[in-house]
Amino acid sequence: MTVIGDNAATPAGGLTAGSVPARGRRLDLRYAVFFAIAGLLLLSLVRVITKANDLTSGGTVAATISLAIPIGLAGLGGLWSERSGVVNIGLEGMMILGTFFGADFAYFSHSPWMGVVGGIVGGVIGGALHALATVTFGVDQIISGVAITILATGLARYLAGVFFTGQQGGGPTQSPSIPRFSQLDIPGANTFFDKLERHHWFVVSDVAGILRAITTTLTPFTILMILLFPASWFLLWRTSFGLRLRACGENPDEAEALGVPVHLMKYVAVLVSGALAGLGGAFLADFAGIYREGQTGGRGFIGLAAMIFGNWRPGGLAAGAGLFGYTDALQLRQGSTSVHALLLLVGFGLALFAAYQAWRRKVVPAVGSVIGAALVFVWYSVTNDVPIEFVPATPYIITLLVLAFASQRLRMPAADGIPWRKGQGS
Amino acid sequence: MRERLNRLALNIVAALVAAVFAGAITSVILLVRGDSPTFVISQMWDYGTTASTELTIVNGATVYYLSAVAVAIGFRMNLFNIGVDGQYRFAACLAGAFAGSVALPTGLRQVATILVAMLAGAAWAGIVALLKVTRGVSEVIGTIMLNFIATSLIAYLMRPSIFGNRFGNDVTTKPIPKSGQVGGLDLIPNSGGKVYGLILLAVGVGVAFHVVVNYTRFGFDLRAAGRSASAAQASGVNVKRMTAVTLVISGAVAGLVGMPALLGASHSYSSITFQTGLGFTGIAIALLGRNHPVGIAFAALLWSFLDNSATILDLNNIPKEIVQITQGVVVLSVVIAYELVRRFALARQQRVVGRALALPSGPVAERAAV
Repeated sequence: MTVIGDNAATPAGGLTAGSVPARGRRLDLRYAVFFAIAGLLLLSLVRVITKANDLTSGGTVAATISLAIPIGLAGLGGLWSERSGVVNIGLEGMMILGTFFGADFAYFSHSPWMGVVGGIVGGVIGGALHALATVTFGVDQIISGVAITILATGLARYLAGVFFTGQQGGGPTQSPSIPRFSQLDIPGANTFFDKLERHHWFVVSDVAGILRAITTTLTPFTILMILLFPASWFLLWRTSFGLRLRACGENPDEAEALGVPVHLMKYVAVLVSGALAGLGGAFLADFAGIYREGQTGGRGFIGLAAMIFGNWRPGGLAAGAGLFGYTDALQLRQGSTSVHALLLLVGFGLALFAAYQAWRRKVVPAVGSVIGAALVFVWYSVTNDVPIEFVPATPYIITLLVLAFASQRLRMPAADGIPWRKGQGS
Repeated sequence: MRERLNRLALNIVAALVAAVFAGAITSVILLVRGDSPTFVISQMWDYGTTASTELTIVNGATVYYLSAVAVAIGFRMNLFNIGVDGQYRFAACLAGAFAGSVALPTGLRQVATILVAMLAGAAWAGIVALLKVTRGVSEVIGTIMLNFIATSLIAYLMRPSIFGNRFGNDVTTKPIPKSGQVGGLDLIPNSGGKVYGLILLAVGVGVAFHVVVNYTRFGFDLRAAGRSASAAQASGVNVKRMTAVTLVISGAVAGLVGMPALLGASHSYSSITFQTGLGFTGIAIALLGRNHPVGIAFAALLWSFLDNSATILDLNNIPKEIVQITQGVVVLSVVIAYELVRRFALARQQRVVGRALALPSGPVAERAAV
């Protein structure tokens, strides 16, 4: 197996010419830390200038964490599947099954832990169907994904009618309230950070808001789900199992020639994918304390968008999920004002980017960014708020922009979406 | 000719097998809960064949048909227009606002409204076409993203300061006066209602789809590019142009989806009447009907029959959502069945070709032996 390169940036077997040269892992980490700190400083600056204090309040950050996790889990499901070469737009359907089975198991067993199991069960049912259709029968993966979403919607509705009708507060469109995980409480943390936050100091209060959110909203479920990200990264990029799985997504013929059981690997990947999306659904149900029809609200698709935003890598995916979760959270917290304040952040960001491009002597991007920054500043100064209706569209617009203007930097698995049949290699 | 008939027979068998399979799965699920499948079928059949239900079935199928044809146009070129949903809602919103406020003479007003809808749908799909042709953005992702963006844009457009008017709990566009509506046809006697007049538009779209795809140069290029983009390009087809044009046409047809209901029933746009999901149903029906105008018509009627006749089940304490399981299973199993048929036909073709080439002597056999 050593023939296949051990870095994601190098396609399996080095077949594709002109691939991105591998950047060092530590450098990537340093970049991430740099961007995180720079982002926080900018955000804090914007908050102080605009007095839109909900930008980094504990409530906003807490909502961000809770909203980002289901998006991230769906994205992680997409990552597993697509890394093995199977496009999964059935994530939404698997997530729907996860919400239903999660709530169902939790309610009837009186244990939130069974909800976690239920989420996995529901998602795996969807994943198994997708794997059967695409891997065994070679059906077009997009078509299968659409069909599974249709089937899952119907299945969840029917089963909800069967199981929840007659239960207290339950019916065909919603479950009774279900047992939830309780939050881990660190004594004193809440009041301490809350006090710090109320001073609205530069940076200090922002950090306090984040820490307050972390110390007060974490449940065992949340922690477990967050751990799935490094775990997926480790499994897919640091084990020979992951290398084989990714090889199936890059060049299944070559992988098969080297003895990788391609069908088995794809099955495993798609089943894990379903389980992750299902967990995302169960998380939604646990967060709301109830199953509701249409609860996923397209989060399976946002997860897909986050995965593309993250360039088919767990770190980028987590960043994308965080970003999309944050836009989601802002809607709940003084949406128009907060998003209006964010315009200033985008303006600053573009200005900095322009300076960076000018320093690199790239004239066109520099001028473009300056114009962009100027437009955003004008927009900021002539309006008092942003139409709240557009706030939920932010993730989708960002994804389209990333795809349109940064597609050279994106690299999806080479054999992603191509049906593969044993023994028909070219 | 014989080969084509064989293909057709195989496909019909495949569809029937899938339908029987879906029926079997549904029966098992019903039996698990203790409901009798024969009872369910007879209830649905009795209720579905009453005149008033037949009316809703035909009207529902009209809308499904347009949605599925919009999807099928893309499918014929191997393009996935998952954005019919966004295109149709955006188009219905703009067309509703247009028809409600622009006073044109009767006749012209209806035509103009339909044109506005087609243009709006085409424009919304045009964004995806532009992104795909110039920046290489996959139309699958592009259309999914634009579906959600359409939801936001429509919510914004429906503000009272723009198109919205408050009616109770609903926000609608200005109602279309009588002179701007399209009347119904009295096709089903004793049904207490009329069939959408725009069912004729749906039929026209189906015929046009068939003629353009099968009997024009454009249609030939479209199918060629769908089979193999590189081969089509090599033989002189401008694949990029074809991609853009196909997506835009698909969007224009998607724009029509909302028209029968807008001009024939609701007479105003509201996000409650024009719900999301029709685009997805269109995909399912296009798959079921094998992207063929006649096949799609049968599939749309079947789908609408299941939808509408199932409402009786709730009265018998059987969740009517059982038919959604049937629909989902039928789509999934039909695509698997079609794929198996395709493989089978391909293998048979290879055998026939192999036999034809394996003549006892001659240059071909010699070359094959080398």
